[in-house]
Amino acid sequence: MTSNSVIGDRLASIKHVVLVLSGKGGVGKSSCTVQLALSLASQGRKVGVLDIDLCGPSIPRMLGLEGRQIHQATAGWVPVFADADKRLACMSIGFLLPNKNSSVVWRGPKKNAMIKQFLADVYWGELDYLLIDTPPGTSDEHLAAVEYLQEWNPDGAVIVTTPQAVALSDVKKEINFCTKVGLPLLGLIENMSGFVCPHCAECTNLFSTGGGEGLAKHMDIPFLGRAPIDPNLVMLLEQEDKTIVPNVNDPTAEKLKTESIVDTYQHCELSKIFAAITSQLESRLDKSKQ
Amino acid sequence: MPDSNIPENANEHCPGPESQGAGKADGCAGCPNQEICASQAQGPDPDLPIVTERLSKVRHKLLVLSGKGGVGKSTFTAQLAFALASDESCDVGVVDIDICGPSIPKIMGCEREQIHQSSNGWSPVYVQDNLAVMSIGFMLPDEDSAVIWRGPKKNGMIKQFLKDVDWSSAGKLDYLLFDTPPGTSDEHLSVVQLLKASGITGAVILTTPQEVALQDVRKEIDFCRKANVPILGLVENMAAFVCPSCHGSSLIFYPTTGGADALCRELDIPLLGSIPLDPSIGRACDFGSSFVDTCPESPAAKAFVQVIDRIKQIVDQ
Repeated sequence: MTSNSVIGDRLASIKHVVLVLSGKGGVGKSSCTVQLALSLASQGRKVGVLDIDLCGPSIPRMLGLEGRQIHQATAGWVPVFADADKRLACMSIGFLLPNKNSSVVWRGPKKNAMIKQFLADVYWGELDYLLIDTPPGTSDEHLAAVEYLQEWNPDGAVIVTTPQAVALSDVKKEINFCTKVGLPLLGLIENMSGFVCPHCAECTNLFSTGGGEGLAKHMDIPFLGRAPIDPNLVMLLEQEDKTIVPNVNDPTAEKLKTESIVDTYQHCELSKIFAAITSQLESRLDKSKQ
Repeated sequence: MPDSNIPENANEHCPGPESQGAGKADGCAGCPNQEICASQAQGPDPDLPIVTERLSKVRHKLLVLSGKGGVGKSTFTAQLAFALASDESCDVGVVDIDICGPSIPKIMGCEREQIHQSSNGWSPVYVQDNLAVMSIGFMLPDEDSAVIWRGPKKNGMIKQFLKDVDWSSAGKLDYLLFDTPPGTSDEHLSVVQLLKASGITGAVILTTPQEVALQDVRKEIDFCRKANVPILGLVENMAAFVCPSCHGSSLIFYPTTGGADALCRELDIPLLGSIPLDPSIGRACDFGSSFVDTCPESPAAKAFVQVIDRIKQIVDQ
């Protein structure tokens, strides 16, 4: 139990712990986690992002932190900060790999141990939010995270889905997982809901639409919002220099420069949608804490 | 025992985690893994020869892999299976080893079917006379039930799929396709280990063009190389999107680092083809029909056919 109480000490300085889940892969768990973190950080919150997708860590690239190192201090592992004000901290196995091609070929027990170490050893300091990005599925990583956090009452889970039926059936499994392990469901985000053609402004539903909202209603989960595909956001998460405001429709235009990824994100259309999603999420969290 | 099984960071006199003395030798004292090594079954897996026997008459075993989720592994597996099975003399089997998120039953239009047990083993679900499917999706009490299993239980299930499924015509199959979950973990290790003796023809790796996906795919390629799985090639999915109203082409997932093409050149892997993003692919999957049959004229269907032909060519060589 000793190491569990260490986790408790770490979490004592964190106000809210939120897991981002989805049964399906590639629906945008990591990009939603990043966007939630950027929205919260831009509102002055202190946010930590913990990436427990050990076999496919995407958060470092998305936050522009590839190749950065974790430092070991007496207080624990110091996370990597994405901005100068140190409002957005990040921890991922990506920082621990020798090079970008190395695979992490681990079975369950080893993954569990790593997650435990992340929870017990990372020195987050005072945080308003700890967002935990997960791999797809309902297996070792999820059970480990829930098991280690359970005693300290994590706030709950945000579910991410795309609208098509094939994704929804996996996401239903994830919702059942949350119910079974007693993790409160904070809400559902429908991602990749439509794509606006840059040539003719016609919105095409690549993966249909409305499926997420219908599912939320059906499963009685708060619906947090619908986010379309925004090529500028895809670009922002892709490009190495996060201080350049992407403009994929007019690549020849003069590039705007900002201070950090937090500011760059505010130039993306999607930031408004995520600001609304974030404020809904925050008000739910405040209610549940009272 | 081969020394290669000894972890790099093991104690100095580690006997190897699979040896008789694992967890019990003098060198094991103080090793954090001692307890796990000591409690594990020793020696080779007694089920391995049974799996090998069962699959001895399968001509080609193909793995469909990707480090990244949602890039179209299941969609591709299903379309590949449909296309191969359009030749009536070709017997095709599909095993869905994505235990926590089985999509194959839905994509192949055989949801809510049942597995039957006979004296010869489990009978798979037949989508066509020459196309059989096995998935955990057929065994769940209802479609929403979550499979909350840790590694060992998933491995047990995969082993049963390989050992107990009674493929038609005395186990003779031309193709056995494995649809996998994302990542490089239990499921992947298990299937590779279990198939080692009977031989894997190769792996087809799926990716989307953006660097965030390619990153994970690099890891999968590294896994294949470490595990000695031959890589048949890489398929780039969701490459470009053609607007149905103005036919303007746009890139949704930007290939900021050159896409699959650059990765293939960097890592010396054949690029099997590039499939554009077409909303009707997703729709075909939702309805469980063969996309190549429903929209044969679309550019995406033509790209699918090209890729599938190349795969056939490579495996028949």
